[in-house]
Amino acid sequence: MIPISAYLVVAAVLFGIGTVGVLTSRNLIIVFMSVELMLNAGNLVLIAFSRALNVLDGHVFVFLVLTVAAAEAAVGLAMLITLYRNRETVNIDRFDLLKW
Amino acid sequence: MIDFSSVADNFNVIYPELALLIGAFAVLLLGTVKRFAGLCTSVAGLTALIALWLAVDQFGTQQSGFFGMVTCDAFGSAFKIIFIAIAIVTMLIAHRFMIVKQIARPEFYALVLISTFGMIVMANTTDMIVMFLGLEIMSVPLYVLAGFARRSLQSNEAGIKYFVMGAFASAFLLMGIAFVFGASATTDLRRIVADFSYIIYHSGLYMYVGIALILVGFGFKIGMVPFHAWVPDVYQGAPTPVTAFFSAGPKAAGFAVLLRLFMFGFEGVAELSSIFWVLAVLTMTAGNVLALLQDNIKRMLAYSSIAHAGYILIAFAVGGEDALSAAIFYSIAYAIFNLGAFAVVVLLETRSGCRSDFSELAGLSKASPYLCAVLALFVFALTGFPPTIGFFGKFYLFSTAVKAGFIWLAVIGVLNSFVSVYYYLRVLKVSYFDRVEQPALSVSYTPAITLVLLITAAGTLGFGLFPQKLLEFAQSAVFAFL
Repeated sequence: MIPISAYLVVAAVLFGIGTVGVLTSRNLIIVFMSVELMLNAGNLVLIAFSRALNVLDGHVFVFLVLTVAAAEAAVGLAMLITLYRNRETVNIDRFDLLKW
Repeated sequence: MIDFSSVADNFNVIYPELALLIGAFAVLLLGTVKRFAGLCTSVAGLTALIALWLAVDQFGTQQSGFFGMVTCDAFGSAFKIIFIAIAIVTMLIAHRFMIVKQIARPEFYALVLISTFGMIVMANTTDMIVMFLGLEIMSVPLYVLAGFARRSLQSNEAGIKYFVMGAFASAFLLMGIAFVFGASATTDLRRIVADFSYIIYHSGLYMYVGIALILVGFGFKIGMVPFHAWVPDVYQGAPTPVTAFFSAGPKAAGFAVLLRLFMFGFEGVAELSSIFWVLAVLTMTAGNVLALLQDNIKRMLAYSSIAHAGYILIAFAVGGEDALSAAIFYSIAYAIFNLGAFAVVVLLETRSGCRSDFSELAGLSKASPYLCAVLALFVFALTGFPPTIGFFGKFYLFSTAVKAGFIWLAVIGVLNSFVSVYYYLRVLKVSYFDRVEQPALSVSYTPAITLVLLITAAGTLGFGLFPQKLLEFAQSAVFAFL
């Protein structure tokens, strides 16, 4: 039996990679992928706890989260395409019209 | 065996939500047919009015349904009314603006309705799964709304920035909920409250990690310092009616959930009070100081909205029923005068070639004296001068803080209000006293926006002079807090 802490460590690592990816990456598509990674880290925690506690809520929640992530990705990619049409770049450093 | 005989009773609980959803899909369907596209605005407006009527009808009742997943208590039903009212005002503000800017599309109204539906879902539940889903139903249409002006580079940028920050925040929130679930084996706040000391004793670490992550997630959503960086960019870049919606609706929804989580669910964590103390001070100070530097009205209002979020955070540090009703009162008051201020900005922006810089206000008092007077009223409310509702809201909030012994917090709040006088009154200084070479362009009123200005102005002044009714509304929303 693998202890719960092992799953949590993996999830924490995934979450960390995702966070670093969002904060440092210059390419918007990689930012989107990093966000998905973070959401999946959350899913992993839910599943692990659900299994350890013998409660089904977490499993159900994960299905809902997957749906939400798909909807978010659809909207995000659509916006990305609009942006690319207007600017011909997806580099975050170039989005500097709005700043103080 | 599940008993299906009571399914109809379940739907009683969500009549306003159903109305909004059906209306939104009707608008989407009608929008696909060219001949009916003109009807969409009226259908959306009618839907929102019906939903408002249903929500008012529901107010004061205490029902729950769908196996405890939806709880429509006094708190939730009060926020239903607030959200739907905000959506109606937004649609009234937006109508003319969208036509002038050539972005009038039926989807706008559908997105506003769906987003409002999401807000209601998240405020009317004690279950964290439903809260998360409601938050996403609210947020996804908002990402699209922020980038609604497809041809405008600024709007594109605002949309994508809002999307990235929003999705990032959702991931934190999800992680937080997962950890709280891991600690307590349930996602229902009522059960967490019931076994709170047991949960903290057995798996306190998971619980604390979860609560911290949830706080970060919602901190992003309400624009709490240090998670506020996206607010000014998105507020400036989004089409102005959408900005008005952002500053009123999602903000109130974020606070509604935050109130339920931190003044009911996790109330047992004693350290939270001092954490919120620091966050409130940081948020209001940063918001007010950065607002001093702005030259764009929308950006200034964005920083001012951060500052106002800071004032509401005082209630979280104080805790207790009085603070809760003060927070609800302030959220409503802020929605009223802020929507009014944005309605004026929208009206000014429908003039050709205006980008809402401060300099464009020059000469406004000569060109349209009435509008300028209304603007002055909203500015006084934002600052917190009597006899507006802004004064009473702040007074109520700070006095509950003093009563509970948080004197320094109230003092810092008052000092912050003094700082804010400078940048708010700059609006009036420019519009009344600055010299101009050529007279300012005059604005063209439409019945819709005149109605909004009248309602918000009447609310700002009327509730400022006689706050009793609104106060009773806020207090009744508290007592049945489930």
